[in-house]
Amino acid sequence: MVALHPYIRLLKAGFRQQSAYRLAAFGGLVANLTFGFLKVAMLFATVRAGGGTVQGYDIGSMSAYIWISQGLLGSINLSGRIDLADRIRTGDVAVDFLRPLDVQVGTIVTEVGRALFALIPRGLPSVAIGALTVGMTMPTTPGPYLLGAVSLVTGITISFATVYLVAVAGFWLIETRGIQILYMVLSGFFAGLFVPISLFPTWLLVVAEATPFPSMMMYPIDILTGRVTGWASAGLFLVQLGWLAAMLLVGRLLTLAGRRKLEVQGG
Amino acid sequence: MSGNLHQTSDASKTSRADQAPGRLAAYRAVLASRMRAQRSYRSNFVIDLISSGLVGLIELAEVWLLFHQVGLLGGLTFEQVLLVFGIGDLCFSLADLFVGHLDNIPTYIRKGTLDVFYLRPQPLLLQLMTSDISLRRLTRAAIGLASIVIALSINPIQWSPAKVALLALTIVCGLVTYASLYVWAAGVQFFMVNGAEFTNAFVYGGRYASTQPAAVWSAPLKVLFGFVFPVALVAYVPTLRLLDLPGPAGFPTWLAWCTPPRGAVDGGLRPDDVALRRTALPRRGRLTWTRLSKHTV
Repeated sequence: MVALHPYIRLLKAGFRQQSAYRLAAFGGLVANLTFGFLKVAMLFATVRAGGGTVQGYDIGSMSAYIWISQGLLGSINLSGRIDLADRIRTGDVAVDFLRPLDVQVGTIVTEVGRALFALIPRGLPSVAIGALTVGMTMPTTPGPYLLGAVSLVTGITISFATVYLVAVAGFWLIETRGIQILYMVLSGFFAGLFVPISLFPTWLLVVAEATPFPSMMMYPIDILTGRVTGWASAGLFLVQLGWLAAMLLVGRLLTLAGRRKLEVQGG
Repeated sequence: MSGNLHQTSDASKTSRADQAPGRLAAYRAVLASRMRAQRSYRSNFVIDLISSGLVGLIELAEVWLLFHQVGLLGGLTFEQVLLVFGIGDLCFSLADLFVGHLDNIPTYIRKGTLDVFYLRPQPLLLQLMTSDISLRRLTRAAIGLASIVIALSINPIQWSPAKVALLALTIVCGLVTYASLYVWAAGVQFFMVNGAEFTNAFVYGGRYASTQPAAVWSAPLKVLFGFVFPVALVAYVPTLRLLDLPGPAGFPTWLAWCTPPRGAVDGGLRPDDVALRRTALPRRGRLTWTRLSKHTV
């Protein structure tokens, strides 16, 4: 417990740090809503053109998907950007290695703290405005909400554990903007940001499920909205835990190898 | 470290070029050095090119996935929407190539490094435009261009001189419209530090919107993206006109010819006009307030 203490404080620090940028949070909300209403237009039109349902989505459940995914946009890292990448490029990371904290755990925990704060000014209002303006179908039993909340936090953590890998690739590549953009392109698409992955043709669905991205956003939304229930939702949660463990392990190995590779110039 | 090195070499190149005849020599020297700098991390540059192409392909896939489920959306088939997507994406990628890096303005403002630009005897906007030309954005423009070519060859079009002129005008004016959006968004950053996401809603939201059949939009969206940020006029309305399709409520197809005046109103991107004006704000000395000139806003 004593060993965990500094990380809990980092989590809180990240949370409080983000609370300083209220105007930025408002800007984010405006972006969420604008994209949200554009998605409503396109996806509702698709459901209507499909005769009321498309792949099991009706208007109400499509709305729930749209507004929850928009609400999560500020919390799940689908941009691939993380401060650590700059610290590795400039060599500042050498200082981080000198601190009596684990660089990987410290980085991820701080980012998750920021992400959890973003749920308050961006997540909740997006869902509320969506529910009020276009309505949405949500489960009526407590189960999906309980598992959904845990699954959501897990999804957020997976996203930062994966972006951490993008950053530590900088030990070898130095400039990581290329893979950061690659991450940005693939993560949004496969996480189900613009189109739910159930609407993918089978071969593309298989590709998506072989990546950690649906675990970040699609699975938590499926669990939370009751699209997947019972043992199936427990199964999705287990898949999430598997990806989390895998991403953390790879991150650990790359950190160890990268630390040996690190070369800091200057004096 | 490496950043500093590049800056010094840029500076010496610029001063040498200034003595040479020709007003544009300085810009040529700066641009050439930016391009060399990008290619210096070779593996990163290759991944950059591939990723940018993928951005274009995946954006197209997002549209295609919906048409994979249903045949007709907003009165258009996928073949017809491909033209909307192509025009919208080509114009956006080209605008992104020329002025997309104005996105960096919030960083310059926060770090106080914008002042460096003011010390140089060149218009601010022109300096910012040439501060970074990302070659990787070319692969994405290629996807947009390919979509246009394919769409034009698979859709039956009754070509006339007017339509050829319309297509050419549309692409030029679409580029100006998006470039104006970028410049507008950059200008707003002086007033809302850390508010980039607010403007992104309209710049990147505008790109997303312009590749959609606007017939599916609600009335507020039609006002916002049809007339305030007129991205529906960039691709959707001209496509209807080219394909001789009827316009939906709110978008009569004669509006297709209104993209040039709209672009002119938004843009007026003549570098001299858009020299950003600097006025110090007395009460908060630390902040430098800058406004776009009247011609641009």
